[in-house]
Amino acid sequence: MLGEVAVTQYACFFFSADIISTVEFNYSGDLLATGDKGGRVVIFQHEQESKNRPHLRGEYNVYSTFQSHEPEFDYLKSLEIEEKINKIRWLPQQNAAHFLLSTNDKTIKLWKISERDKRAEGYNLKDEDGRLRDPFRITSLRVPVLMPMDLMVEASPRRIFANAHTYHINSISVNSDHETYLSADDLRINLWHLEITDRSFNIVDIKPANMEELTEVITAAECHPHQCNVFVYSSSKGTIRLCDMRAAALCDRHSKFFEEPEDPSSRSFFSEIISSISDVKFSHSGRYMMTRDYLSVKVWDLNMENRPVETYQVHEYLRSKLCSLYENDCIFDKFECCWNGSDSAIMTGSYNNFFRMFDRNTRRDITLEASRESSKPRATLKPRKVSTGGKRKKDEISVDSLDFNKKILHTAWHPKDNVIAVAATNNLYIFQDKIN
Amino acid sequence: VKQNSQKETNESQDKVISPEKAEEAKLKARYPNLGHKPGGSDLLRKRLQKGQKYFDSGDYNMAKAKIKNKQLPTAAPEKTECTGDHIPTPQDLPQRKPSLVASKLAG
Repeated sequence: MLGEVAVTQYACFFFSADIISTVEFNYSGDLLATGDKGGRVVIFQHEQESKNRPHLRGEYNVYSTFQSHEPEFDYLKSLEIEEKINKIRWLPQQNAAHFLLSTNDKTIKLWKISERDKRAEGYNLKDEDGRLRDPFRITSLRVPVLMPMDLMVEASPRRIFANAHTYHINSISVNSDHETYLSADDLRINLWHLEITDRSFNIVDIKPANMEELTEVITAAECHPHQCNVFVYSSSKGTIRLCDMRAAALCDRHSKFFEEPEDPSSRSFFSEIISSISDVKFSHSGRYMMTRDYLSVKVWDLNMENRPVETYQVHEYLRSKLCSLYENDCIFDKFECCWNGSDSAIMTGSYNNFFRMFDRNTRRDITLEASRESSKPRATLKPRKVSTGGKRKKDEISVDSLDFNKKILHTAWHPKDNVIAVAATNNLYIFQDKIN
Repeated sequence: VKQNSQKETNESQDKVISPEKAEEAKLKARYPNLGHKPGGSDLLRKRLQKGQKYFDSGDYNMAKAKIKNKQLPTAAPEKTECTGDHIPTPQDLPQRKPSLVASKLAG
């Protein structure tokens, strides 16, 4: 698939008022949700192929926009609780409505997005303009009829799961049982039932009795896609723990512990920081998982704990820039990663609005740029290259020219098609494979 | 006094220092007081308490209101001389700075 990466840009480019903080396709790929720093959620819908332009798979257009979270004030700690949406996760569709979970640092909300395209007319007790009719004046009854109306998409909060996290929520993940989900903060993981908001089970707690002894924090967590008793969580020390909820009520003891051995002679001041895992994602098959640390993406076989089966360098040239990346805090940037629908390819972001895709079968990789300047509607994206040596070839960009403010932290891959969504600060790009 | 051959060996060894260790040396040269435990509890605890601290909810609501009112064109009052001549009013006082949090570079 990546051999002839002819990635064509849609007309799909969306400018957000705020920095986009999360991007997620739903299970069918029909809907794409984005959350931003201002607490807003925007949902895009895949339009059906039009007869006029059969060469396009179809476009994505805005389907619904709503304010999910507002800023709050934590009175006890005198800290602001940001409204920024950290994660959105869709629920599998069970009826005509769509459900998603959105979370900020402290509160998770279940939103119902439903369509209304009919309106009842001919009420007995009220006029068409809504005024109540005098019941004594009504002499006959009529049956209201449903009339078509312009499509209206409504979003309403159905559940609010609050007050269960002392620290900042970094992950939510819907379980394969479709009844429960987990939420993880820096030190704890809770298990919720989607119907119950006043209680949650704490299943992982790594808070030490003495906070001076704190050595690592939870960075991401995810439920296994098929086994509803299994979940994983990653840490700031580059380790992943797989836990089985059948083993104990409190899963502080892991069932599997994944860590790549480190060469002690190569250890430096930066080693632990760059080994911190910023994202962990199970493959669709459930057999592998992928982790993202600062410089690389690793694929792990769940049956092998002592090292990853594949390692992909995202931007190894940054290793000689770690000092300045530490000074400007970029070394703490949290990049996400994602699988394609068949688990044959993986994608992650980098700096300078670059994003990288790796084909696991051919071992080929490509760097592309998400920017208005380098993309024109329906034009093929040109592969980019960062020059690391002394001689810079034409069209290559040198490491020192990279813009570290233009970071692509969030990307998503359509569950079935070769369609990807890339968030570059305030901009959302949707790219697709070229159809001949 | 080093022999010439030994000096050459040392130089060639310097060349194979990993880029990561070279960056570490650079950082330590710039910030000699930097602690030796970068992933230690100090950094983690700062991470756990991210976010701007306010004095109280009143302070927070004032700050929020100021952001909303920033669009309104107002003659910026003289911010440098706010004491001595007159009793300062809230408009005269400089914008509240975020609470002092020790920089990770201070060690």
